[in-house]
Parts: sequence; structure tokens; C-alpha cells
Amino acid sequence: MPLIKGGALSDDDWVSVGDDEPLPADRPVIVPLKRWQAERDALGGRNAAMGVRLESADKAEAIAADLGRLALVAIAFPTFRDGRGFSTARLLRERYGFKGELRAVGNVFRDQFLFMHRCGFDAYEVADAREAEAFAAALASFSVVYQRTGDGRVPATALRQLRRAAE
Amino acid sequence: MYRYDEFDHAFVNERVAQFRDQAARRLSGELTEEEFRPHRLMNGLYLQLHAYMLRVAIPYGTLSSRQMRKLAHIARRYDRGYGHFTTRQNIQYNWPALEDVPDILAELAEVEMHAIQTSGNCIRNVTADQFSGVAADEIEDPRIYAEIIRQWSSLHPEFSFLPRKFKIAVTGAAEDRAAVAFHDIGLRIVRDGNGEGDGEVGFEVIVGGGQGRTPMIGKTIRPFLPKEHLLSYLEAILRVYNLLGRRDNLFKARIKILVHEVGAAAFTGMVEEEWEQLKGGPVELPKGELERILAYFAPPAYERLPAVTPAFEAKKFEDRAFARWAEVNLFPHKQPGYAVVNLSLKPEGEPPGDATAAQMDAIADLADRYSLSEIRVTHEQNLVLPYVRQADLHALWQELVPLGLATANIGRVTDIIACPGLDYCSLANARSIPVAQQITRRFNDLTRIHDIDELKIKISGCINACGHHHVGHIGILGVDKKGEEFYQITLGGDATQTAAIGAIIGPAFSAAEVVDAVETLVNTYVDLREPGERFLDTYRRVGPAPFKEKLYATH
Amino acid sequence: MPQQVLTANRLSDGAVVFLDAEGRWSERIAAARVAEKADAQALTNAGEATAAEVVAPYLIDVTLEAEGPRPLRYRERIRAFGPSIHPEFAK
Repeated sequence: MPLIKGGALSDDDWVSVGDDEPLPADRPVIVPLKRWQAERDALGGRNAAMGVRLESADKAEAIAADLGRLALVAIAFPTFRDGRGFSTARLLRERYGFKGELRAVGNVFRDQFLFMHRCGFDAYEVADAREAEAFAAALASFSVVYQRTGDGRVPATALRQLRRAAE
Repeated sequence: MYRYDEFDHAFVNERVAQFRDQAARRLSGELTEEEFRPHRLMNGLYLQLHAYMLRVAIPYGTLSSRQMRKLAHIARRYDRGYGHFTTRQNIQYNWPALEDVPDILAELAEVEMHAIQTSGNCIRNVTADQFSGVAADEIEDPRIYAEIIRQWSSLHPEFSFLPRKFKIAVTGAAEDRAAVAFHDIGLRIVRDGNGEGDGEVGFEVIVGGGQGRTPMIGKTIRPFLPKEHLLSYLEAILRVYNLLGRRDNLFKARIKILVHEVGAAAFTGMVEEEWEQLKGGPVELPKGELERILAYFAPPAYERLPAVTPAFEAKKFEDRAFARWAEVNLFPHKQPGYAVVNLSLKPEGEPPGDATAAQMDAIADLADRYSLSEIRVTHEQNLVLPYVRQADLHALWQELVPLGLATANIGRVTDIIACPGLDYCSLANARSIPVAQQITRRFNDLTRIHDIDELKIKISGCINACGHHHVGHIGILGVDKKGEEFYQITLGGDATQTAAIGAIIGPAFSAAEVVDAVETLVNTYVDLREPGERFLDTYRRVGPAPFKEKLYATH
Repeated sequence: MPQQVLTANRLSDGAVVFLDAEGRWSERIAAARVAEKADAQALTNAGEATAAEVVAPYLIDVTLEAEGPRPLRYRERIRAFGPSIHPEFAK
């Protein structure tokens, strides 16, 4: 599937494997959470980067202790309505300090890009490559935000205080 | 009241531009209905039986006269000349065209209004006591906090795809006029240390109230939350809900179900554990921001007036009709010489809560001349002029009468809450408005209305309970029995601090019988009551049996 | 055997519309193309050509009266003829 990364369509080095498929040697792979939990030690010895895929019901706590060994976490959005991944992403970034790639997979629409970005995602698997054209515009669609997240944007509530202090 | 700064203006204008683009992509066919629907809903635009319906937010029910004029203009220009005030202090238009909605939103943005998050699985309009800022029993103006929550919840990136809709209400007085026990989160402003004298002001946090299919009274999960931690605590609750709320069944997806299924103690534990990580962190409101918003809700420049206004007292003596209106439609003002005026949108024979564009314009004018240009919307579908001098009451009343806004029935049998029902709503099983209209015709004698005293009738056209029937002293629920409209009656509901969910009294009544049934209930109360008892008090004293007996005597 | 008509809401303004004999969407149920329930698929197919103009078309049961088709379900009568409480919006 087309991947948006760094603000544009990007090649995808990663290979997603299921519960039982053999892992390709020397390629970065994404495994489901259950597999990671079952084979953690074995997988840790690989020559290439490891990623874990969380389904929408999976908890950030399940991999919190392993984040130092993971270069990528993928979080699934099975339907447009299922917003659990937003919380999971924030916890991984802001609570557990994950520094690797945080990828949104599943039903990802352009009108969610800004929310996902603010929650810490930096890669997006989309159904249609044309969504990439809208990515920059989506991120720029609001110059004002009211909440502080890990994305570094200063919310209006704080900007007002800075302005007052300057007066 | 709160005024937008350049950040707030930029935000709503950007939202309008975003929706304009989304609507254009839908109209061109680039977006399917399924793809468009979440955006449509997050901008308050429903598709109902006859047409689209646009729900415009009126934050905590406070409006300026300038905003009211714009609402009138929108009704006239883009709709069919009227609007409907709702049980969450919003206004609904029943006939807008999708093609026009971006322009409607742009016009609303000009006067600091919007339709953001009035639908969808996100945090909805934060409601508050309609007498905020002017009620004598108030500890602090709850609208300050409603505004803080409004901003924090606007396009919150983490909480825009919740399991279900999320409703928050804030009350600032001992008497709860915001129904906080029946909201997903209810906040009651309290003083620490059992409310004696000088305790620090904070919030009692109540979670998991609601109506709908499974009505529940909220549970207090924290008796006292210091003010400065409001946002971190809310964020903790919402995060727990977002992660754990049910996503398998739309009818079991509200937070009340989660609290019920895990138990209040366990739920509280999860919230408090999350809160430990958030408390005092970046989510909290900067102190300067609280002060900035507080300043917008400072009392207006009242005149120094005596507590009693002889001219007003004299007029009541001379003008009987005026006296009856004053007795029922006024609320005591904390400022000497002032009164809070309720405008009844429940005249005989009319759909409850509707106002024409002409009425809205007239109300804006009256607000300018009599109420420092401010108006309130109540969750009981009436309006309020909050800053009227007692000396002006008679003149104001004389202007209200020909406008049809002076029916002396606030809180009385004909001050009915009704949802739009099957006449408008695609979810409904039965019509609700005609039942309300018939009740107002049956009880059209003012002497009788006043004799019955306080009686809150609430009518819903389906189990979603948008008419709040569960908390009616008399609740009426429309059901479909083999293709015909039937009405189930509940008794003893209460939305205030003595919260209660009404109990079904017996088999449902046909459309032809239901108004007789209501009259039987009223007559039974009148026969049984003791001095000083309202309907609800008598019901609580004698129980359902006497009412049931009279109701089904000839069945 | 009940008759059926195809109804929807018009995308641009939300108005209740019915598929007519020419395959266009009319606000008047009297103009609706009627089909026997057994042949209702033909109605649905006919609606597809102009499906982009409307939202969520669906079939409803009607009886044929002198003035035209009359929906069997009360809810659909309110849709077809307007809210009962606002006769001024009746169609």
C-alpha cells in the first residue's frame, strides 16, 4: 500500500509478516504483537530492524519496556470510527518516549492526518496514493490548536500568555 | 461573555474553509456519502427525514444580541424562517441545503459562532446553568470552566473518534439547573471541606450519567478536584474511555456502560492512575489563561439599586396579568433591584422551543434595551434575559405579550420539553410535538396552570430520549405498536440534585388517550396533595399506586 | 401484493425525492414510478444512473390511491407529505 512519510509518498523498506510466516533475513520486518511477545528473545537477535504491529485493542503498555529494541510501531485503524490508536500513539510517544517510526495503518483518510500527526504518527499507509497530495495541506489546515501534545505546537492558551508577558 | 481573540477567529475560519472543501468534494462526487458522513457530523449537519438539519452550538447557552440577530438572519435566508432551541442549549435549523452550509458556517463565524462538534463521536457542546452569573446561590460562574473545556475539547486530536458522543455539563450552585447527574461528565463547583465558608473552590466530578436506552445517574468519582487540575483530570477520564469504552455495540458505547460494567471503584482507580501521570503536566491550563477567561465573566456594570422597587410592586398590584407572569416567569437575581426574566417558548398550541426569525430579531432588540445585550438558552427549551432591572419589568412584559413570548408557564404543566419526534427525526418511532401541543390546549387556563404549580412534563419520540423523558416528573415515551403511535408514561423523574429516573406506570396509551391520561395524573395529584407539595413531592410521598389505580380504572 | 417506489434525499439540499418514470428524481410522490414488489429490482437499477444526485435510495411500500401512491408506513407518509405540525410545509 502507498506510504506517506516525511510529508510525501515514500518507498517502504519494511515487510509485514503474519503470525506464522518465516521472516525474510536482513530485511526490516513488522510482526504482530502476539508474535513479538512469544518470540521476543529470538527476534531480538536479528540483523535487521524490528517493528511491531498493534491492533486497535492492543495496549501501549504491552510493548513499553521493549521500545528500545524497536525501530517501528504500526498502529491499526480498522475503521474510521475506531479512535483508540490516537491514545495509544500519544502514550508511546509522550509517556514511554518512543523515538522510532510510528505508522498509522488501516483506514487512514486525509482528514485524520492532522490529528494523527499531533498524536505522534510520522508515517501513514493510505489506500490511494492521491491522499499524499493532500497531506501537506491537511497538516497546514489549522494555524491554531488548543491542546498541547507531543508534536511541539504551542496551543493558543499558551501563546496568549507569551503575548501578555511581552506586553 | 467570552469574546474571540485572533486565535479563536482564525480557528473557526479555518474550520469553515475545511468544511467548504469537504462539502465541495462531496457534491462533486469525489467523496462518497460514507466518507463524507463523519465530516458532516462533526460540523453538526445531520440528514433527517425531510432534509438536512444543522445544529449550531450556543456554548453554555449564552448569546449576544448580535449573535441572535445572525441566527434570525440564517433562519430567514437559508431556512424556513424559524429555529428550534434544544435540550443542550443549541439551536437547530431543519431545512438547510448542503450547498449553503459552508456559507452559513461562514456567516456564523463572523459573529463568533460555529457548528463544530455538535454531532459525531466527540465532545459536544458543554452546557451550564442558564442562570450562571446571576443566581444568588452560585459559588462561581460555571461558564468560566465551560469555556475552558470548550477550547480544550475543540478538535482535540486524541478524542475526536471516541466510542460514542460525549456530553459535559457544569453547575455552580447548590441547586443543579444543568442536570449534571445525567451527563457523561458532570462538574459541580464546590468548596473544599464540606462547603463550610472559606474552603478552596474546586469540582465534584460525576461520571457516567445519561439517558437513552439505559438511563443512569452519574457516580461521584472524585468529591473534590482542585481547579488548576481540571484539564488533566478530564484528559485522564477521556483517555480511559477512549481506550476501554465498548466499540462492538453502538448502544453500549457510552461511558455510563463502561462505569457500570467495570464498577465505579475500578473505573475511578483507572482514572486516578492515569491522572497521576498527567497531573501538573503540560495539559494543565496556564494560570494566566484562567484569569483571562475569568475576566470575561465578571459581573456587568450594574446600577446601584434598592432591593425593592416600589414601581414594580405597584404595577403587580394594578395589573393582574402582569402579576401572574411575574410570579412564575421571574427568577431571583443576586444583584439588588434586578430580575432574571424567562421567555417562554411554550405558547398554547405551538411546537415547544421554536422561535420565528421575527421573534429572534425582537428578542435581540429587547436584550439590547433591557438586558445588556445578553440572552441565555435553557436546556428546557426556553430563553432568558439575565440582566433586567425590576423597574423595567412591566414595560418589557408589555412588549413580550404581542410577541407571544410572555406565556406565564415556566416550570409549569405546559412548559413541556419535547424532542422533534417523528415529524422531523429519522430515529423516531412516534410524534412528540403534537402531544405537547394537545397538552397545552387541554391545560390552557392560567389559573389552573398556576394551581397545579411546578410540573415538568418531558416527551421523547423514541428511546434515545432526546426529550429527556426519563427525568420528567411525568415522562412520555413514544413507541411504535404495530405501526401505530403509542405512548408509555413514566413518573417521578428528576433532573436536579435529587436525581431520579422515572418509573414506568403501566401499559402504554394510544395517541387518542394519552392527553386524558396526563389530565388524570394531574387531577389525582390535586386530590392527594398536601399544602406546599408539588406533583413530584406528592408522588414521592404516596408512590405510584394511587396514580396507577386512577389511570387504569376504566381500562 | 404491495407496490413500491424508490425514494431518497437529494444530495444538494436534502429534499425528499422519488424516482419518476423518466428516471429522474421528483419531489412529488404522485410522479413516482411504481413497481410491483417482485419487480422492485428494476426500480433500484433505474435509480443507479442518477445515484450521484441523491443519498441512500431505498424502496418503500405504497398503495395506489386516486391522488397517487400513498406510503403504507406512517413515517414514510410524513416524509412524503411533510411534517404533521407544519401544514405550511406540506407537499
